Amino acid sequence: MSTAVAQPVDDVKSTPWSGGRSPFDVEYGKLMMWFFLLSDAFTFSTLLISYGALRFSAPTWPAPSLVFQSFPGLIEHGAPLVFVGLMTLILILSSVTMVLAVEAGHRNSKKEVVTWMLFTILGGIMFLSCQALEWNHLHSEGFWWGHIPTKEVMKEFFIRPGVPIPPYSQQAMTSHQFANLFFTITGFHGFHVFSGVIINIIITVNVLLGTYQKRGSYLMIEKVGLYWHFVDLVWVFVFTFFYLV
Amino acid sequence: MSAETTHVHTQEGAVHGEHEGMTKKKIMKVLYILLGITSIEFFIALYLGPHYNISSHWINPIYIVLTLFKAFYIVAYFMHLKFEKLDMALAIIVPILFIIGLILVLTNESHYWIDLRL
Repeated sequence: MSTAVAQPVDDVKSTPWSGGRSPFDVEYGKLMMWFFLLSDAFTFSTLLISYGALRFSAPTWPAPSLVFQSFPGLIEHGAPLVFVGLMTLILILSSVTMVLAVEAGHRNSKKEVVTWMLFTILGGIMFLSCQALEWNHLHSEGFWWGHIPTKEVMKEFFIRPGVPIPPYSQQAMTSHQFANLFFTITGFHGFHVFSGVIINIIITVNVLLGTYQKRGSYLMIEKVGLYWHFVDLVWVFVFTFFYLV
Repeated sequence: MSAETTHVHTQEGAVHGEHEGMTKKKIMKVLYILLGITSIEFFIALYLGPHYNISSHWINPIYIVLTLFKAFYIVAYFMHLKFEKLDMALAIIVPILFIIGLILVLTNESHYWIDLRL
C-alpha cells in the first residue's frame, strides 16, 4: 500500500528528500502554482525583452511623458504619469488586501477572508476599468495594432527639448512598434488581471459556501494570492519600461 | 489515506507560516515601502528629470534598480518566498538566470540592429 512510507518503521528515512513528504514543505498545488508563475514570468520576459531590444535599436521613440499625459475624462493634456500612477496605486492596494485575506485565512476567519477578497476583486475591476479608459484614449488618438495617429498628431509625441524632430519615416516606424508592443503587452497583462478577477470571484464563492472551512485550511487563498501578486509584479515592470524609461 | 497525509503536511506548513509569516503590521510596512519607492520614481520622472535635465543614461538604471527592489519586496513578503525553505526559493529563483541571459543577448544584439537601420 502507498501508505507504507508514513509508518514509523521508516523512521530511518527522516531527511527531507527521502520520500513520503514534500521536501519543500509546500503543498503540491502551491508548488505547481509557483512553477506555473515561473513559466509565465518567462512569457512576460520575452515580451518585455523584445520591446527593450526594439526600442534600443530604434533611432527615436515616442516620448512616454507626451503619449501618456492625459487623465481620461478629467485632464486632456499636461498630466504625465498621473493616471498610470492611480492604476499602480490600485494594483498595489489590491495586492495588500490579498495578503490580508491570506492572513485572515491563517486565522480561519471566514468573514474577514470574504471581506478582503471582495476588496481585492473590486481593486481588480477598478484596474481593468482604468485600463479600458487608457486604451480608449490611445485609440482615440489613432494608436491601435498596426495603426498610428495622423502626421500632425504624431509629431507632438516626438518633441524633445534640444533635439530636432525626427523625420516622418522614423516617426511612423517607431510609432508602429510602440503601438503593437503597448497593446500586446498591456493587453496580455490585462488578460491576466481579468483571469485573476474571475479566479478570485470563484474562490470567494467557495469561501462563502464553506468549502475551505470544511477542508480545515484556507490554503487555496494562498494559491490564488500567489497568482494575484504575480500580476502586480508584472505591472511593476510594465510600468517602469513603458511609462518611466 | 493520502489525503490525510497531505492534511498533516498542510498543518505543518501553516504552523511554520504563522511563526514567521506576515502580520498586519508587517504587511503595512511592505505597503509603505512599495508606495515610497513608487513615489521616488515619480519624483525622478516628474521633477528631477525635467528640471535638472538629467540624461536617461543615468536615470534609467536608477528606475531599473528601484523596480528590482519593488519586485524583491513583492516576491519575498507578499508571495512569502522569503519564509519558504531555501531549496524551494532556489527552485524558483535560479531559472530566472535564463531571463538575464536573454536580456544580455538581446541588448547586445540591438546595438547591431541600430547600425543596420541608420
